[in-house]
Amino acid sequence: MIPGPFNYHRPATVADAIRLLATYGDDARPLAGGHSLIPMMKLRLATPEHLVDLHGIGDLKGIRRDGNAIVIGAMATQHDLLASNDITQAIPILQETALLIADPQIRYMGTIGGNVANGDPGNDMPALMMTLGASYRLQGATGSREIAAKDFYQGAYFTALAAGEILTSIAVPIPATGHGYAYEKLKRKVGDYATAAAAVVLTMAHGKVATCVIGLTNVAETPLLAEAAANAVIGMALDAATLQKAAAAASAIMSPAADSRGPVEYRKHVGGIMVMRALTRAAARAK
Amino acid sequence: MAKTHVTMKVNGAEVEGLIEPRTLLVHFLRENLQLTGTHIGCETTHCGACTVDLDGMSVKSCTVFAVQAEGADILTIEGVAHADGTLSALQEGFRMMHGLQCGFCTPGMIVRAQRLLQENPSPDEAEIRMGISGNICRCTGYQNIVKAIQYAAAKINGVEFQEAAE
Repeated sequence: MIPGPFNYHRPATVADAIRLLATYGDDARPLAGGHSLIPMMKLRLATPEHLVDLHGIGDLKGIRRDGNAIVIGAMATQHDLLASNDITQAIPILQETALLIADPQIRYMGTIGGNVANGDPGNDMPALMMTLGASYRLQGATGSREIAAKDFYQGAYFTALAAGEILTSIAVPIPATGHGYAYEKLKRKVGDYATAAAAVVLTMAHGKVATCVIGLTNVAETPLLAEAAANAVIGMALDAATLQKAAAAASAIMSPAADSRGPVEYRKHVGGIMVMRALTRAAARAK
Repeated sequence: MAKTHVTMKVNGAEVEGLIEPRTLLVHFLRENLQLTGTHIGCETTHCGACTVDLDGMSVKSCTVFAVQAEGADILTIEGVAHADGTLSALQEGFRMMHGLQCGFCTPGMIVRAQRLLQENPSPDEAEIRMGISGNICRCTGYQNIVKAIQYAAAKINGVEFQEAAE
């Protein structure tokens, strides 16, 4: 399990990284935490000739509050996210989700930028970022641009990231004070990808759902926003019939693969259950 | 491919090497430095046998290139015992509580548990189990590993270890 040979580059600035990626084109890959890329390289499913390690770039690190948003540097790790007081106070669902990703060792290395930019439908952060209305800052040779998380994912491992561009930061709007939240993930064991998972962020008023966004992980080639399911609960009390309607509406847009996590019908079924559980837990947390 | 010169600190000693960039940290430790206490189990980032401490983080050294550890401060199982050769609290705990059978996972377990206890000096049982969830043991069923870590935490905190009733 030894990767193919490559040349190693460790630029100190984003500009240098982009220049290297432009110079080597398809032969180069950026290296963030490496916990998706290095296993692929060990299996020789990825054989980049040039690795551009982003670890030396200070500008890509850190988590800071910026007005009504939290800005997460692409190289912030899941462990950094869990240690951030700003996140605990403002967007705790990010920590609830990070704790369900992989295991402690991998959370020290795995980055938020890598998790959202890789386009792996099994990753948990993309659906959550869509649910939170986050946007990604992308930088390339011709400048930088901002794209909404919901417009970023095009297919399994296909994203709006253009050749030579890297994701530099993620801006996550802070949800309303008193919002309820939950990330429900069914997995077979620690470290597994979701059989199905659902993210819910909502607000309640007078016992009824006032606003609601639902995101779904690993039940399609891309993360999904379950808009019809959210609409089915807005203005309603979360009784059993309403929860069932939301689950059915969410299941209707799922198209999971049949794999070792179960056949299609099972994964859609448990996907609906994840939506119901997340809605129930989020509502109980809302103030 | 051109070789790369790396320097890092391993168990307090400055080390260097001239290596291919594709050299994994675990191979650098085992083959270049002859520190074979760090084990290679699954080679696929699952089992945690290769866990070492890198700049205050527990990492799986089969999934880090040695060049990424340039300038880093690394601790392996060889650096865990006290300077006079006596066992650390965790090593003693694994011995006293029978926290190993075949012993293959033990170096990774101890190095991981050491970081866990530095971040959380008094973990409860659930926190210990979550804390070592990246380390797989196929012998013990984990029960005695959890006890070993509880023993070490008690010893480090200067309190008497109370074995929980089963």
